[in-house]
Amino acid sequence: MTDSERVSLEDVRRVAELSSLELTTAEEPHMRRDLNAILDYVAQLNELDTSQVEPMAQVAEVLAASQEEINVLRPDSVVPCLDRAQVMVSAPETDGVFFKVPKVIER
Amino acid sequence: MATAAIVSPEIMAKYEPVIGLEVHVQLLTETKAFCGCANKFGAPPNTNVCPVCLGLPGALPVLNERAVEFATLASLALHCQVRERSIFARKNYFYPDLPKGYQISQFDKPLAEHGWIDVPTPNGTKRIGITRLHMEEDAGKSIHDGFSDSATRTYVDLNRCGTPLIEIVSEPDIRTPDEAYEYLTRLKEILLYTAVSDCNMEEGSLRCDANVSVRPRGQEKFGTKAEVKNVNSFRFIRAALEYEIERQIDVIEGGGRVVQETRLWNANEGRTYSMRSKEQAHDYRYFPEPDLPPLIVSSIRRAEIAQQMPELPEARRARMVADYGLTEQDAQTLTATRAFADQFEAAAKTAKSPRRVANLIQSELTSRLKAAGLELEQSPISMKGVAQAADLAEEGKLSSKQLKQLFDIAFEKSEDFPVVYEREKPQQITDASEIEKMIDEVIAANPKQVEQYRGGKKTVAAFFVGQVMKASKGQANPGLLNELVVRKLDS
Repeated sequence: MTDSERVSLEDVRRVAELSSLELTTAEEPHMRRDLNAILDYVAQLNELDTSQVEPMAQVAEVLAASQEEINVLRPDSVVPCLDRAQVMVSAPETDGVFFKVPKVIER
Repeated sequence: MATAAIVSPEIMAKYEPVIGLEVHVQLLTETKAFCGCANKFGAPPNTNVCPVCLGLPGALPVLNERAVEFATLASLALHCQVRERSIFARKNYFYPDLPKGYQISQFDKPLAEHGWIDVPTPNGTKRIGITRLHMEEDAGKSIHDGFSDSATRTYVDLNRCGTPLIEIVSEPDIRTPDEAYEYLTRLKEILLYTAVSDCNMEEGSLRCDANVSVRPRGQEKFGTKAEVKNVNSFRFIRAALEYEIERQIDVIEGGGRVVQETRLWNANEGRTYSMRSKEQAHDYRYFPEPDLPPLIVSSIRRAEIAQQMPELPEARRARMVADYGLTEQDAQTLTATRAFADQFEAAAKTAKSPRRVANLIQSELTSRLKAAGLELEQSPISMKGVAQAADLAEEGKLSSKQLKQLFDIAFEKSEDFPVVYEREKPQQITDASEIEKMIDEVIAANPKQVEQYRGGKKTVAAFFVGQVMKASKGQANPGLLNELVVRKLDS
């Protein structure tokens, strides 16, 4: 498999579906090319041998002096919430109490 | 559409069900999992929200330390191994009540694993494994009906969004709907004792999904499973599983194949329905949550949390049987909630006969509570009152009939037993000569029974006691009466 074939058109359609994106048939090959280019770029990392390196999802813990210091926790005490009127200003649709969205049937 | 299946017992017996349960439990913290909004049921819609739980750009989650404590306590109570370093992950899916577009959960490194619960079965105690217990956040609430534009609009309340949850996943060790029911009952009881949740199913603080499949007996490989959702009581889960097992066997016996799918329980019709969702829809693309560091629960912290562990129901029952001479059944009833058990023990410690206190609760108190539609916490008669009544009965100062009357009055007037007793204190006949006179009359009226007694049938004495008690309108001192009847009959 050559690098440019990492992502198939099928993959593009599946990822678009999962992302709730509608792509036109003209957009699909473009998206495929872009995704392959990105993956090729990231694939450069494969030149390094990481077999002896622990996976790390985010870097905050390298600053911690001890295991315990890695934890960032907050006390269980209530902080005032936002005013609903202020929140609903940004809602695309509302009756002032609820957010309203187009009818959802399937989960 | 499946029809209500009717499969003969012989055919049912050819198959073995395999059941696994996933239970979501809301934690009783003051605030949400990742922000300081109040974690409270029933607030006006969309008032307990902030940038974090609304998923506004740039807002960052910070984990609630009490949620960690509660989740760890629950893990330990369920005999799980708590992982020193667990990792939060994003579970990605689109739904309007999930504003971030992902749920913060745990995936390949959950907080705890390898636990178990012992459940009673007809063949003795069975150990049901717990695969994992992980932390996550709840979603908001979608309201599909009840508004004038509900035909075209769904209403969303995000108050629940970010409520701390633990998800407890069982091993596929469960083989019958009854075992599933017992597992859930025990699980709820343990969680209530640890006080990490109120486990209120009506308010959704405990929710259960069931995975169920069937396979021919003797076959190693599992059959294709269906997931049953939308079940809001343990009894309904049992009914849903019974229905689903029969449905699947019917499908297989009819030459068909069980489809892997999600099915919803309809309590009114007593059956499950396929949700007909697209098979490949579930692809959550989990990845480590970059906004949260790993969660560390050190062995020291774990030991501190373990210190808070209360005596759990199983151990408490065993101890109460030993300490108070109760039956297993008594202990079962009395430990139904921690508060109930605490109250009982406080009363029993001072009572002359704890066993009698237990009996009174089981017989006189619970039946009256049930008739009045009251919970134990609402009982007009306190545990102390029950203990006093038990002592009076034990000392023979109160006949069982008198006791029943006083309990009736207490319930009628919503007064505690000591108050009622003080006022209505029954006139007891403690004058021996008066009682003897009544005994003489009963003996004279029942020569046949006297003959039986003197012929060696000593149990007939109870007949005379009963008759005299009746004649005295329940007012004869029972201790004295017993003694005098035997003396008279023997003379």
